[in-house]
Amino acid sequence: MDFFKQFAVPHPSFLIYASMVGIGLTMLAIVVGITYFKKWGYLWKEWLTTVDHKRIGIMYLLSALLMLFRGGVDAIMMRAQLALPDNTLLDSEHYNEVFTTHGVVMILFMAMPFIMFFFNFLVPLQIGARDVAFPRLNAISFWLFFMGMGLFNLSFIIGGSPDAGWTSYFPLAGNEFSTSVGTNYYMIAIQIAGLGTLMTGINFMTTILKMRAPGMSLMKMPMFTWSAFIANVIIVFAFPVLTVALAMGTMDRLFGTNFFTTANGGMDMMWANLFWVWGHPEVYILILPAFGLYSEIISTFARRNLYGYKSMVASMVLISLLSFFVWAHHFFTMGQGPVSNSIFSITTMAIAVPTGVKMFNWLFTLWKGKIVFTTPMLYSVLFIPLFTLGGVTGVMLAMSAADYQYHNTMFLVAHFHNVIIPGVVYAMLAGLTYYWPKMFGFMLNEKIGKWTVWLLSIGFVLAFIPMYITGLDGQARRMYTYSESTGFGPLNMVAFFGAGLMAVGFVLLVYNIYYSTRYASRDISNDPWDARSLEWATHTPVPEYNFAITPKVNSTQAFWDSKKNGHELFPGKLEKIHMPNNSGLPFIMGCAFFGFGFAMVFSMWPIAIISLIGLLACLAYRSFEKDHGRYISVEEIEETEAKLRGAKK
Amino acid sequence: MKVDNSLPLEYSTEENSLKILGFWIFLGAEIMLFATLFATYFTMVHRTGSGPTGAEIFEIAPVLMETILLLTSSFTIGLGIHAMRIGNKKATMVFFLITLLLGAGFLSFEVSEFIHYVHVGATLQTSGFTAILLTTLGTHGLHVTFGFFWGLFILLQIKKRGLTPETANKSFIFSLYWHFLDVVWIFIFSFIYLKGMM
Repeated sequence: MDFFKQFAVPHPSFLIYASMVGIGLTMLAIVVGITYFKKWGYLWKEWLTTVDHKRIGIMYLLSALLMLFRGGVDAIMMRAQLALPDNTLLDSEHYNEVFTTHGVVMILFMAMPFIMFFFNFLVPLQIGARDVAFPRLNAISFWLFFMGMGLFNLSFIIGGSPDAGWTSYFPLAGNEFSTSVGTNYYMIAIQIAGLGTLMTGINFMTTILKMRAPGMSLMKMPMFTWSAFIANVIIVFAFPVLTVALAMGTMDRLFGTNFFTTANGGMDMMWANLFWVWGHPEVYILILPAFGLYSEIISTFARRNLYGYKSMVASMVLISLLSFFVWAHHFFTMGQGPVSNSIFSITTMAIAVPTGVKMFNWLFTLWKGKIVFTTPMLYSVLFIPLFTLGGVTGVMLAMSAADYQYHNTMFLVAHFHNVIIPGVVYAMLAGLTYYWPKMFGFMLNEKIGKWTVWLLSIGFVLAFIPMYITGLDGQARRMYTYSESTGFGPLNMVAFFGAGLMAVGFVLLVYNIYYSTRYASRDISNDPWDARSLEWATHTPVPEYNFAITPKVNSTQAFWDSKKNGHELFPGKLEKIHMPNNSGLPFIMGCAFFGFGFAMVFSMWPIAIISLIGLLACLAYRSFEKDHGRYISVEEIEETEAKLRGAKK
Repeated sequence: MKVDNSLPLEYSTEENSLKILGFWIFLGAEIMLFATLFATYFTMVHRTGSGPTGAEIFEIAPVLMETILLLTSSFTIGLGIHAMRIGNKKATMVFFLITLLLGAGFLSFEVSEFIHYVHVGATLQTSGFTAILLTTLGTHGLHVTFGFFWGLFILLQIKKRGLTPETANKSFIFSLYWHFLDVVWIFIFSFIYLKGMM
């Protein structure tokens, strides 16, 4: 029995039991459903073994939307708990677990796969390539991310969730104060997903450097590809730091080493430093691709070339450099002295300069543009004032002396939600709406889409503006309750109401997908938005080889030029196309990693060793494997092209 | 597969040159990994708690042996790649084999060094300093171990399939990896051992 006791949840409550039953039933329904409709073969052949960047992208998208829901439920639970003073909906342990998993899930398992979806789906199409540089590695990246995500989510029904905050500061996260296996899950699940992300970074840097269409010099790349490139450079240089930090944290917890302890020479501040040396650039890994998407969308719907292309690129490069020099602003109050605080204060404020350049470029693009207010454009236009508000409070926080007032209060919580929601989440939803027709061949309903935008925006303002006020008044974050005499009650109730409106917005998004799948017209052109870059030049749905003929590019808006100035985008004739073969190996390696991670969480060494051997065997097998891919013949391409042209004029 | 014969064998297809660039970028990530370990090491080098300091446990003789073995292996893999470039399959294999044997020799010295540390009471659990010391050395050692098997598999493939664009590409990338481990070792030797013994 002792063996099984370790899998029990340490602080069970009715809510946890109810979700366990819910999760169990959903899993059962999925398995039964797939068996009933005999889809296992289809699932394996077309999805689990795929190396097609578009399909991998769509799997990232599904994961992101699923995690948006999970993280959103966490958010609603927190707001509900804080809506009334002295509330008892959640107890303190459960509240700790909820805010920890909300943070991790939203940043690493929602926002990250969302940008990975855009990298995967868009970058090869935007640069006129057939695939990414390493298709098989790409599949491994996805399965590592997916298994890390699965492992993290398992924590809440087997063994207990992490509860030391998403930053997992030591010594709180050490064995002494975090006694459940929750933090083991944190360390190992993020490690596995992080390895996948690092491989994505290498893959996309190579893809963008080496696989651009003829004529597309670096300074002719579409803005989203530029942002993807810079984000991937940050990934390659920031993620190894996290890898090391997590490995040390794991060793502290499992093997009793003294990296981050407070005795025997350990140094708990080392964790805070390493975590944020990765963590701060991570913020820019999320926001730069979002900026890229806004650039695409604003220039499409203002019907103008993007204003200040070169300054856009330069500002992103500058942001990526500065992002590595600001990490200590996360702990101004933890005793590092005035010199260090001043330096990090200044570098932090300096980031506002290149960001401001981008803001003005978008405004100048809109200036004298013929603006079309579609749903994606509405998100982008609302982003400008809302994100600016978040940026201004960011500069307030960057003043280290003043930070002693804001530190660890709701003011900070309001600030980072104020940059992440209008900055990243809006961009993701705008991009999702914008690229939906390219993926699935029909458009999302505009009317429901606009309702979603407005509900989210009004909900957002109601949810987070009150937190600025209570934060300045001293409401601490990460506290599960407060007394009535503080007077925080009414404002927190407003915030709860705002969170509810946002929830309705997200439900409406799901309804929109359902509604449009059923009723939207399938009779749309390949270019329904009258857009400007290469991804719109190919068919909808995109054939597996992307472009029958490699496009030839002469400007930043090659497709627009081909439409308006008669530039010939596809010169030459059809040739046979080389494509990679599908492979089950990435999925199997993902499973081995999952087994290894799960065994490590519970210190079940024999299983861990067996999984590790399995993993190494996969690598050895891959080393000896001979797989040169296959060719698609000219006749086959002609057939596909004719069919696609027949389906949609 | 288009083979461009004007280029060295390892660069001769488009896929090959992609792989080499990708591997260089991977090495960039590896530099960050080891840089993080070194930064942590320098921060914690004097945080020995109640455990021993570096000067008390380091021994010059085995470390010098390790250095000689590993640096020589970097030279022999260079000779191996040269033999590959001039198309001499047998010489390539011989130099690969010597490299791997030198790597194995390095590892056996390192294992006995670790046993020595545990013996004199410098285990992973002793102090912040010993934890980061053994982690930094261990990470490098694991890389060499991984490289040993990787190199062995490539050697078997050269034996079976000869010098093709594919095996040449793998050998070249492996040589980059092996040289990189040497560079890291030079830093370990200078800043951990020599500085620690001063």
